[in-house]
Amino acid sequence: MAVIRWKPGFFGWHRDPFAEMHRLRREMDNLLATHERGIASTAGVFPALNLSEDEDNLYVRAELPGVVPEEIEITTKENNLIIKGERKITTEGEKVSYHRREREAGSFRRIISLPTRVDADKVTAVCKKGVLTVTLPKAAETKPRQIEVKPQ
Amino acid sequence: MVPEEVITMADKELQVREKRELQADAEQTRSGLVFTPAVDIFESEEEITLLADMPGVPSDGVTIDLQNDELKVAGEVEPQGSENETSLVREYETGRFHRHFSLSDRIDQSRISASMKDGVLRLVLPKVEKAKPRKIEVKAE
Repeated sequence: MAVIRWKPGFFGWHRDPFAEMHRLRREMDNLLATHERGIASTAGVFPALNLSEDEDNLYVRAELPGVVPEEIEITTKENNLIIKGERKITTEGEKVSYHRREREAGSFRRIISLPTRVDADKVTAVCKKGVLTVTLPKAAETKPRQIEVKPQ
Repeated sequence: MVPEEVITMADKELQVREKRELQADAEQTRSGLVFTPAVDIFESEEEITLLADMPGVPSDGVTIDLQNDELKVAGEVEPQGSENETSLVREYETGRFHRHFSLSDRIDQSRISASMKDGVLRLVLPKVEKAKPRKIEVKAE
């Protein structure tokens, strides 16, 4: 540990008042950067979801590494999407000793209300490389319709 | 009395854990976010096994680099979704994965095996066989 002499100066006891200002500014920058990226709070429910849309579909995505597709259950009810499942981590024999154990097992269940009406019969879901994608075709009445202007 | 269902339902519920962004342990020369994957590391007498959560990484996107005792694991992700999608809600971000470890045991480089399944990397690092103490029998004449 370095011992620094305590030197009271013009700005109180700070060694360098500008260093302190720089530190504050850096912290503010970091804070703003996170905000600007537009990360919504997850409401604390697993899994974290990304929702996007194009002209025809809504897409709900979640990262579920190590969850086998058979363990995921997707249901739609009214205009809600329910994602339910379990992540299992198999035990690796009794003779092993762990250095790190950061991956967690457990069950999850999340309900999302969808922003537009969807065609519940045509919802499809794929889980590939640990990423779940639910494709929800928008209901016909919500799609933008182009109206042709006829010449007389 | 506690109803039986409550007891059987007592399994753990998963909590959201924010993806950890890599705190520059090496300067990045490319743009984009980098995350550190969650890992399990365990050891048996013969080998060290590492499991890393890397969702969205295809098997050819994994790079494993072992030099001396330094192990580096990296994963390139495929983009999620197409470009003409508009994002409505974003609760997580995507980016490549990177993490490095230092190993205490000697690893037999030629026998390292790695596989990717459902977004989880399984890396098996066999230890170099050490000179085992051999018991020498003293024969009676």
